[in-house]
Amino acid sequence: MHNVLRVGDVFKALADPTRRIILDELTDRNGQTLFEICSRLTTKHHLGSSRQAISQHLDVLEAAGLVETRREGRYKFHYINTAPLEPIIERWLRNPEKDAE
Amino acid sequence: MRINLASVLVDDQEKALRFYTEVLGFVKKNDIPLGEHRWLTVVSPQDPDGTELVLEPDGHPAAKPFKEALVADGIPYTSFAVDDVGAEYERLRGLGVRFTQEPVDMGPVTTAVLDDTCGNLLQIAHQADARR
Repeated sequence: MHNVLRVGDVFKALADPTRRIILDELTDRNGQTLFEICSRLTTKHHLGSSRQAISQHLDVLEAAGLVETRREGRYKFHYINTAPLEPIIERWLRNPEKDAE
Repeated sequence: MRINLASVLVDDQEKALRFYTEVLGFVKKNDIPLGEHRWLTVVSPQDPDGTELVLEPDGHPAAKPFKEALVADGIPYTSFAVDDVGAEYERLRGLGVRFTQEPVDMGPVTTAVLDDTCGNLLQIAHQADARR
């Protein structure tokens, strides 16, 4: 049951284009401060979202397990975690019966 | 009206003077005893008569939580212009400077963010067209 809910959270998190861009940028370089993420969205993607809005997007991504935050000393960095995407691959893209054909 | 001063709030003026001169490469302009602290300013060697940066004590109780909140989110307190962020990043990293953001090409501007060891993050930046 937990897994089912989790997959739902993942889809919900990925449904928003800004959140997908955040994951793109964390793929470009993993481990970014809130400031760097906001700067990249503003300058590279011309998104006018406020820092608070970006922070809320990060909270949604973190709740879905797609982003992890780690404090290193006085700084807080955001990392992408692709593990919650694996059930999607297992369920539809790596179908064992289909592979056997 | 013109801007002759800008300030950064530092936790230790002597440590700040060392970092801003020996590491960043600014030069001391004014150093005047002022009660328990000093009126301490640095300037860029490229513009010795230009805007002075005041290394100002952060003793006010509101300063520390403010600075800590900015640092936690990676937000620089101020920004300095350099000719080449990548080259400056390599030079400063060689001197042991901690960066919270390595150089990023953001189109019109390239930036990096470093720790001034006095409780602040500083951005260094160059404009894309200014280099050509």
